[in-house]
Amino acid sequence: MDLVLLPDASTDAERAAVDGVVGAPAQPRRDLLLPALHAVMDAVGWISRGALSYVCDRLHVPPAEAYGVATFYALFSVTPRAPRTAHVCDDVGCAAFGGEDLCAAMEERLGPAGSGDEVTWTRSPCLGLCERAPAVFLQLATPPSEREGSPDATRALESSPHDDAHGPGGHAQIAPATADAVVRALHGDDVPGPDPVVSTPQAGAPDLELLSRVGVVDPGDLDSYRAAGGYAGLRRALAVGPARVVDEITVASLTGRGGAAFPTGTKWAAVAGSPEPEKYLVCNADESEPGTFKDRVLMEADPFALVEAMTVAGIAVGARTGYLYVRGEYPAAERALVRAVDEARRHGFLGDDVMGSGRTFDVELRRGAGAYICGEETALMNSLEGRRGEPRAKPPFPTVAGLFGKPTVINNVETLVNVLRIVAEGGPAFASVGSGRSTGTKLFCLSGVVARPGVYEVPMGTTLRELLELAGGVPPDLRAILLGGAAGSFVTPDQLDVPLTLEGTREIGATLGSGVVLCFDSSTDFAAVLRRIAGFFRDESCGQCVPCRVGTVRQEEALARIVRGREIGGRTVELQLLRDVDRVMTDASICGLGQTAASAVRSALALGLVGGSS
Amino acid sequence: MTVVDLGTIRRLVSVTVDDVEHRVPEGATIMDVLDDAGADTPRLCQAPNLTPVNACRVCVVEVEGSRPLVPSCARKVEDGMVVRTDTERVAHSRKMVLELLASANDLSEAGDDVARWQIEYGADPERYGPPGPPAAAGERGNRHPGHHGLPDGETRATVAQPVTVDNDLYVRDYARCILCYKCVEACGTDAQNTFAIAVAGRGFDATISTEFAVPLPDSACVYCGNCIGVCPTGALKSVAEHERREAGTWDPEGETVTSTICSFCGVGCTLELHVQDNTIVNVTSPHDHAVTHGHLCIKGRFGFQHVQNVAPPGEH
Repeated sequence: MDLVLLPDASTDAERAAVDGVVGAPAQPRRDLLLPALHAVMDAVGWISRGALSYVCDRLHVPPAEAYGVATFYALFSVTPRAPRTAHVCDDVGCAAFGGEDLCAAMEERLGPAGSGDEVTWTRSPCLGLCERAPAVFLQLATPPSEREGSPDATRALESSPHDDAHGPGGHAQIAPATADAVVRALHGDDVPGPDPVVSTPQAGAPDLELLSRVGVVDPGDLDSYRAAGGYAGLRRALAVGPARVVDEITVASLTGRGGAAFPTGTKWAAVAGSPEPEKYLVCNADESEPGTFKDRVLMEADPFALVEAMTVAGIAVGARTGYLYVRGEYPAAERALVRAVDEARRHGFLGDDVMGSGRTFDVELRRGAGAYICGEETALMNSLEGRRGEPRAKPPFPTVAGLFGKPTVINNVETLVNVLRIVAEGGPAFASVGSGRSTGTKLFCLSGVVARPGVYEVPMGTTLRELLELAGGVPPDLRAILLGGAAGSFVTPDQLDVPLTLEGTREIGATLGSGVVLCFDSSTDFAAVLRRIAGFFRDESCGQCVPCRVGTVRQEEALARIVRGREIGGRTVELQLLRDVDRVMTDASICGLGQTAASAVRSALALGLVGGSS
Repeated sequence: MTVVDLGTIRRLVSVTVDDVEHRVPEGATIMDVLDDAGADTPRLCQAPNLTPVNACRVCVVEVEGSRPLVPSCARKVEDGMVVRTDTERVAHSRKMVLELLASANDLSEAGDDVARWQIEYGADPERYGPPGPPAAAGERGNRHPGHHGLPDGETRATVAQPVTVDNDLYVRDYARCILCYKCVEACGTDAQNTFAIAVAGRGFDATISTEFAVPLPDSACVYCGNCIGVCPTGALKSVAEHERREAGTWDPEGETVTSTICSFCGVGCTLELHVQDNTIVNVTSPHDHAVTHGHLCIKGRFGFQHVQNVAPPGEH
């Protein structure tokens, strides 16, 4: 294949940014496409024709395909845009809790969304800061020449010289945000770093497992982590050997905490037993289910735990490289992880002789670029490979043909952090907490009208009511709870005694999902909430399959007619239409996004949260 | 000594479709089984000469043990697999895929099969309201992923937009494009390895595009026309066909097809000359032809003008 490149020239700044990722000789590394596009965005603020051509030339990627990738991700822009952009969350966890007011204030201060040459603002889906609504993510381009320190040109992601709130490229988060603070930050003011104690009201409590170090250890200090018991798990894992570790995970009955609840031991055993010499571990840290922020808190406040857990997992399944795919809107988490990986590598906890064991394992960090669908495991792998984040057909499953076509274990952040406890205490001890398939403790993300929003850790089987008590009590005038996320469903105050297990939630037609517990009282405009959820799926559908691509559009349109009282053929006809669209999306979509895109809408209509009872 | 290629020896596996057992070679797809059994399985993104992308989902079937329906074009059979095509779930999803596509796209040139399936499955695209206004030229390609205007539901969104004519050989009528990925595959690894076009954008706003939507002459396009050859809906067609359709002189009923061998080089591609009103209007190649697999180059597909440079009567 000969590349045909557009004649447009690239600028010095664009070339410097790309060279910082690709290195000196051009190399056919499609997997560096996202890092290269990020580098251009971070330096210049948008991807010009010349910049894209230069990226294509260096990585030997056809420009049409690179353009297809660049236009897939919301954090990339192929048209000129202000280099400093505030993404203001107007999703279900923020909109009614200051998000819409903030959007109005931003419009007043900076003009309509997208306007402005130097600074601008835009609406955003959930930014994973729901416990501190309203949330803002700042995408702040800074030319490399203006950054302090010297970036390490050989790394896909360079460490940022900025303070803790800023990730590479100088991006930052503000929550709770005011228009004043956002505008000041857009104009260069420093942003304070995250405070883990605010996000985890239980911090420091004695009975915590997953959150035991959150708010207690210094996330930037390996010694602090080790003093709190860090790396005892990896030491034990190396002592007992990979086969025993996989056994313990299986005995523990650990299930995936990202939402699909697949048995972790089954994945690990399949990859560990594969005869393929090349295998991969992937950590799915692309947390973007609306209302979810548990993985963010773990990564920001206890990053070494994730790095250690990945090392245990990688060595157990025979992978030499673990890819850590962090959500693009999580700069503080990314910064903490970059530092943790560096520290771990420097002290021999990563590399070609992990803790003197002679075993090789290292972690490569990659940044997402604004696509909810990339939380789907096969879409994430395509994204890592430098492709559009379109889910793949299964089978083959990732354990057979995953990243780069090789057997791959892909686990969520919380799932992996559980591994440390299982290795330390043994599978049976872990399995003794909870019941059935639901073992161990679980993180829940409480937000909305609760007294003390934040991440809470409780044993599987705790009831929803008990969980709410921890967060300050059942909210007065509670009307409905969105359980499990936008892909989950609404439950009502008469269902608060449901045990929070896979089985218990299924019994009431709900799901644990990613642990979202988003509370609404009776003042809530549920029509607006539902339209936001429908709009979310319409925006985040990758577009690959017809049921989801067109179905999410028709669902949003039909909902609009219903809430506006403009039904075609009457309410019954419209509800039938919605059910028909729901069924084809649920039955025939390629992936979980389409298969759950009607879930919350279906439950809200059944509960009569919108337009009276059906 | 003559070497006889026996091909790969494949064992037979047993598959049950609608209670009837079939013995088929391992590696076959469910669709292969259905086709052999004479079933009329709808398909849009599937083509015998392309890798399945299973994007359209119109060929779905039920497979025991799988909660979601399964695309028959891509799923390979397994021994003991139990397949059902005769259920209400299957019929519903097929109907809805056809209906959703018809609600967003112009399927008037998608062929007789699609028209028949629309009727057989009972697709009713009009129930989503009247179609919204068409997009201005180029507008759909400039939408930012993750953002769209709040709809009021009064009209249904469609992909309607003007036809793109930016070269002498073929047009791109994306109001008809159902994003089946066939053209992208034919332009890429499945045939031409040119990679001039790809899917750009996201979700409902995804389009088939060159880089920055530049005109085809500025792209890597080599005008092999293999994208036209695989397009199922008339979104990609030759300028000759487009102009005749616009002029109202397109006459598929009066078309004859003549097979010949391309004389431009020594490869020996079989050509099928599609002739209307004593004029060649299109050139194709059979997808099961051992040399072409249905794909041609610019000369074979478009290099026919000299054949019909016949001087009008009375001139030399």
